[in-house]
Amino acid sequence: MHLLVFIKQVPDASQVRVNYNTGTLIREGVPAIINPFDKHAIEEAVRIKEKFSGTVSVITMGPPMAESSLKEALSMGVDNAYLLSDRVFAGSDTLATSYALWAGAKKIIEEKGDVDIFLSGKQAIDGDTAQTGPGIATRFDIPLVTYAIAIKDIDLKKRTIEIVRLIESGAETIETTFPCFITVEEEINKIRYAPLPYLIRAARATIKILNTKNTKIDSSKCGLKNSPTKVKKAFTPQKRERGEMINKGSMQDTLNFLYENIESTLKDMGKI
Amino acid sequence: MIKQDIGEYKHIWIFVEHKDGKAKSVSFELISKARELAEVLGCEVHTFALGKKVKHLADEVFRYGANKFYFIEDNLLSEYKTEPFRDAASYLIDKYKPEIVLIGATTLGRDLAGTIATKLNTGLTADTTGLDIDKKTNNLLMTRPTFGGNLMATIFCPDNRPQMSTSRPGVYKAVEFSVEGEVVEESFKFNKSNYLKTVIDKTLESEEAVNLNFYDVIVAGGLGMETKENFKYVKELSSILGGTWAASRKAVQMGWAPQTRQVGQTGQTVHPKIYIACGISGAIQHQVGMKSSEIIIAINKDEEAPIFEIATYGIVGETGKILPAMIDLFREKIKKER
Ligand SMILES: Cc1cc2nc3c(=O)[nH]c(=O)nc-3n(C[C@H](O)[C@H](O)[C@H](O)COP(=O)(O)OP(=O)(O)OC[C@H]3O[C@@H](n4cnc5c(N)ncnc54)[C@H](O)[C@@H]3O)c2cc1C
Ligand SMILES: Nc1ncnc2c1ncn2[C@@H]1O[C@H](COP(=O)(O)O)[C@@H](O)[C@H]1O
Repeated sequence: MHLLVFIKQVPDASQVRVNYNTGTLIREGVPAIINPFDKHAIEEAVRIKEKFSGTVSVITMGPPMAESSLKEALSMGVDNAYLLSDRVFAGSDTLATSYALWAGAKKIIEEKGDVDIFLSGKQAIDGDTAQTGPGIATRFDIPLVTYAIAIKDIDLKKRTIEIVRLIESGAETIETTFPCFITVEEEINKIRYAPLPYLIRAARATIKILNTKNTKIDSSKCGLKNSPTKVKKAFTPQKRERGEMINKGSMQDTLNFLYENIESTLKDMGKI
Repeated sequence: MIKQDIGEYKHIWIFVEHKDGKAKSVSFELISKARELAEVLGCEVHTFALGKKVKHLADEVFRYGANKFYFIEDNLLSEYKTEPFRDAASYLIDKYKPEIVLIGATTLGRDLAGTIATKLNTGLTADTTGLDIDKKTNNLLMTRPTFGGNLMATIFCPDNRPQMSTSRPGVYKAVEFSVEGEVVEESFKFNKSNYLKTVIDKTLESEEAVNLNFYDVIVAGGLGMETKENFKYVKELSSILGGTWAASRKAVQMGWAPQTRQVGQTGQTVHPKIYIACGISGAIQHQVGMKSSEIIIAINKDEEAPIFEIATYGIVGETGKILPAMIDLFREKIKKER
């Protein structure tokens, strides 16, 4: 079985601060990490591999520094790591990104064989778009299963997989066939400490670089210029000011005051 | 990139999401917002629905001011699966060429929108909280939070049509505005062998699996709830307010709530109208998951707790005392008003 995981290196969003004077993000000193959801996608792929045997490949599109994330993926038990890196990709939106990753994945398939299961995180914590996975799945024209919280069963003979996914009102179990594309939630698994053999192998492994020269990526479909969506402006949201501390003496008065303050909101929402 | 002839695209389309034949309120919210945009653009608001039985939704969308209702009914669409929905929606959009397509940023909507945009080779802006028209160019301006709500970005899609966006539920107000609309039935020839997914089981409304983002009121408990038993207050208050309940990571670690209900960096990001934090300190990892809530009410016995820095209303006190009183008060008020 061959599993391919899409991972993105992102700034740790919880450590990003806002400079309200300049209206910009303070990114200095903010560590670059594997997008947390993608780490669970790697973990799931490695677990499936350990159970059913096979290989796990990962690919990331990003600048050369994203190599450190690929190394980390290797230490988690990944077999092949690819860095899709080329200047022409800079500024790609999700349509252009899913195009480039799809083309990169096809190159990996050429080298390492057909992929049975593609995995990605449900979304990246920097952009929060959750579009890249569905975009790649559509380009491959394979079944897409988003928001997966458990893989229940895999039948290698029938080449089917049962996946539990979140829906608005609960969860549903989906059965589908290989190849398929799964985007994962955090609760799909617990990440284990990297075992020593994986760490040793990771230290030795080489990372393959993919770019417009060694793949069939059409650079007229990549990058800022060829992305349909553009950023008109970026700004910091209004700073959340410290609001009102309510203390009206008695608890009853305090709560009544709170209620009066939110009454019109409750009305607008149709609650009362 | 091949530039499209964008002039032939006209009207705003709203995807009508429904469950068991009942339209989701986000659809009406978007129709109302689209009416404002349509006035600027001088066009109409059209809607489309897919399902086994959806024709009856026409009356509802006309009540909110939609001028047209397109629909496709097919057994294959009886429950949501990405691929047949994607193909039917892409077919309609490709045929009628709306200039804007808006879809609710629900679990379903976000699953669907990315696949449609890829098929139609157009831009999609996810999870927007603001929509506007650029008066000079008539382009749609779509504003959305990024970096865990730390930065807002306004996105536009100048050369491709339709301009697509998923929009968060609860941002716009649904306003009734009766219109004599037109119903158009369409059909799509599905190639059944293309669809390789079956839904074999559904667990509904389970305590475990919940999409918190679907709710406009969230009552969350933290370590300051003190016992698992006390979480009943969190649940009760949320149910009186017609919302749902959630927890901080520490409460999850205590086993007081399942991980699926955790709000924060490693849980879910939520943006309800009202978020009530009960006995939650407001650590940065918790804040990134909830600080774009419209109204934050914090109850904490420590007046120095960081949650008060971002709370709209803060009450200093014991959760075990304040919550029961709050439940009584809200229950009585809400009954009276109804
Ligand atoms: C990588 C990473 C990811 C994380 N992700 C998340 C995440 O997704 N979500 C999340 O929530 N946390 C997350 N955390 C943990 C986070 O840092 C905090 O530890 C956690 O949010 C604290 O939970 P708490 O507020 O319930 O508990 P505490 O911080 O212990 O706060 C309890 C609060 O309750 C108050 N209190 C106590 N007793 C009472 C009482 N009787 N009445 C009223 N008030 C009372 C106290 O004054 C205190 O402010 C993460 C941490 C890390 C390192
Ligand atoms: N540049 C990238 N390289 C590899 N994978 C990516 C990249 N961008 C997004 N992804 C994958 O797509 C998922 C969704 O990302 P997004 O659409 O940006 O929210 C992520 O969790 C990753 O698995």
